[in-house]
Amino acid sequence: MTLPIVPTSRPPALSMAQWLKENLFSTWYNALLTFVAGGVVLFVLYNMFTWIFFRADWTPVTSSFKLFAVGQYPTDQIWRVGAILFVMSFLMGASWGVWGGTMRTFALSLATVLGLVALAPVGLDRMDLGVRAWFIANPALTGLGYLLGRKLTHRGRWVMLGWLLSFVLTLLLLGGIPGVSILPAVDSGLWGGLLLTFLLALVGIVASFPIGLLLALGRQSSLPVLKVFCVVFIESIRGVPLVTILFMGSLILPLFLPEDLRIDRVLRAMLAMTLFAAAYMAENVRGGLQAIPKGQVEAAKAVGLNAFQTQLLIVLPQALRAVIPAIVGQFIALFMDTTLAVIVGLVELLAIGRAVLNSNPEWLLRDTEVYLFIALVFWAFTYSMSYASRRLEKALGVGER
Amino acid sequence: MSRTSFTTRILYRKGVPLWRDVVVLQWAAQIGSAVLVIGFLGFFLDNVIRAAEIKGLGLLSYGFLGEAAGFPLPEAVLEYDPSLPFGYAFLIGLLHTLKVSLVGIVLATILGTITALARLSTNWLVNKIASLYIEIIRNVPLAVQLVFWYFAVFQQLPPVEESITLPGPIYVSQRGLNMIWVDPTATFGTWVMFVVAAVVLAFVLHRVLLGYQFRTGRSTYPLATAFATLVALPIVGWFLVGASPLSLTVPEMGKFNFTGGLTLTPEFTALLAGLVIYTGSFIAEVVRAGIQSVSRGQFEAARALGLSPLQVLRLVVLPQALRVIVPPLISQYLNLTKNSSLAVIVGYPDLFFVGRTTINQAGRAVPVFILVMACYLAMSLLTSLIMNVYNRRIRLVER
Repeated sequence: MTLPIVPTSRPPALSMAQWLKENLFSTWYNALLTFVAGGVVLFVLYNMFTWIFFRADWTPVTSSFKLFAVGQYPTDQIWRVGAILFVMSFLMGASWGVWGGTMRTFALSLATVLGLVALAPVGLDRMDLGVRAWFIANPALTGLGYLLGRKLTHRGRWVMLGWLLSFVLTLLLLGGIPGVSILPAVDSGLWGGLLLTFLLALVGIVASFPIGLLLALGRQSSLPVLKVFCVVFIESIRGVPLVTILFMGSLILPLFLPEDLRIDRVLRAMLAMTLFAAAYMAENVRGGLQAIPKGQVEAAKAVGLNAFQTQLLIVLPQALRAVIPAIVGQFIALFMDTTLAVIVGLVELLAIGRAVLNSNPEWLLRDTEVYLFIALVFWAFTYSMSYASRRLEKALGVGER
Repeated sequence: MSRTSFTTRILYRKGVPLWRDVVVLQWAAQIGSAVLVIGFLGFFLDNVIRAAEIKGLGLLSYGFLGEAAGFPLPEAVLEYDPSLPFGYAFLIGLLHTLKVSLVGIVLATILGTITALARLSTNWLVNKIASLYIEIIRNVPLAVQLVFWYFAVFQQLPPVEESITLPGPIYVSQRGLNMIWVDPTATFGTWVMFVVAAVVLAFVLHRVLLGYQFRTGRSTYPLATAFATLVALPIVGWFLVGASPLSLTVPEMGKFNFTGGLTLTPEFTALLAGLVIYTGSFIAEVVRAGIQSVSRGQFEAARALGLSPLQVLRLVVLPQALRVIVPPLISQYLNLTKNSSLAVIVGYPDLFFVGRTTINQAGRAVPVFILVMACYLAMSLLTSLIMNVYNRRIRLVER
């Protein structure tokens, strides 16, 4: 990134005084600006620190960790969520070992976050040693996965397959299998908190991928009927707010289906998120498709590939590689958008916050603490994901060949 | 030839088997997809009609829009009471969406531009504050921010009797924001005509003088003249219409609440604050990218040609920067408008809020829903129309 008006290349070594003069007090108005801004910053920092450590009451947050994490998920079945995280940690480690590079950032962030949770500054009555030990085990599993992945660098496909299977496994573990005694069915109404937030975003992005791909191909197609359908679908979804789509899923969809076909609330929200994400996914993929030079298609035809083979073997592999960063960006946006599910009555992280505040009359005025905590959780996840995605973008060299 | 049967001839048209004939395959795909889509729509419609028959509701009749709404609105830009029809409540909802979007767009643009300039500043501290703001706000969901503004800020403010006084005067309390404002008086209409005349005259003058300058090469100061007209005519009009067309109204503490001035409800203010601060961070990045896209050489070359700094900005930097800024800026405006549907979280009666309440009250889910979607779609389509026109115009300017 180069600045047009300000030269970024500075002489390498500057003394402290020189640095201050150049960056804070170069002109009289810069000095004035520094003093004003500095005063405001000191004032805000002072007030924030005294509030956080002396005036704020964090008990609504510290006493509801389980609610924030998994909502009303039955306590005796939480091991399933734990098992899913184990699988994720292991696969992350394995991906780091196999592909290195950016996966290292993703894996290390996950391991660090989970490791830090184990050291959460709350009493043992809130989080006992067993739970802490379990959190510590996650980074260890990531390490194990890494060592295994290093040995099997040529087996990237296995890890890929592992990720696909883990997606199915996650849904099976969370929902339970009727008739299997160790996995009794858990009603989706009990899924909540961060678990539901992640689940909605993950299902949305994974399920929207094939639909978005087809829509993008349809929009690029030379067949007028197909093209019109795809354009109308994409543009009408992108033209309305997500809230209305979620609302459609929760209220209008049941009207469109026969009386005896009932889909539960979480699934309807997932369906709505998927349709919404698919329209945006289609536009992302289209961006990738358009970046493929025409010569590629013509060359493929000249070699004798048919239209289907051309897309599958020549166009898509190149286009999809180019849109990976955009898909990661879309996942981050979708992750934040899951908060809108609160409007259709799902108990994701934000709704849990409201529920916690209403659960105890003494906490009625503790909104600031609870919502700040939720904001912090979201910020930590999205910031680390977008950091990793920026590195991914660099690693893939998108935009520069 | 005579031995080839009829079926063979049909199946091997042009010597290619039917199932590999591109034209046939394309038609099959089109017809197949059309059947699939229409089939799905028909299935959905059939179910809705059946459900509507059971409940005895007209499916797509909009007659109920004339019936009394029966629900109160927390606030309304026009006079409203529950005995007025649904259609009217709906109109108010739409106006609320437009109001919060327009005010939000203006404020977010100002905030975004200031932040972008701060991001480009050589002052390290100012630069870092701006990046911190952008990095925090962009990574927290808007819904969380709105909830925070409403429940953690506005609901925790002191009661109206002890409201905080900001310079202005602006009073901030649980009841929202009360600030000094202007009220139109009887002569306001006449004065607006002067303003309109000034805008038209300034535009025409600018065009004519610029044309003259191009033809003759003599400087006619088109911009300065137009600007002077734009300022002078409304001032002259102000004194010509007699009584002052606008009067100041200052909020004063009455017995229970403020009277006079402009009152913004906590719902509106929280929504506005959330939308402006959220969108401002995105606009800041858009503006910064636009300014950075103009290469340093452009600036230096313009200076070397002898243009003044103001001319450099107006004739060289801005036209090039705007070409990069405007398209993403407009899509940010559209995002803000769509995001204003989150008003339902804080209880501001916008389009979606009124639509949802209507569905709860009148039960006509499908027609109301179509109406709400149509309004949002119309706004989106209008925006993309403007964007396409703009893009075509700047393409023409390019060569």
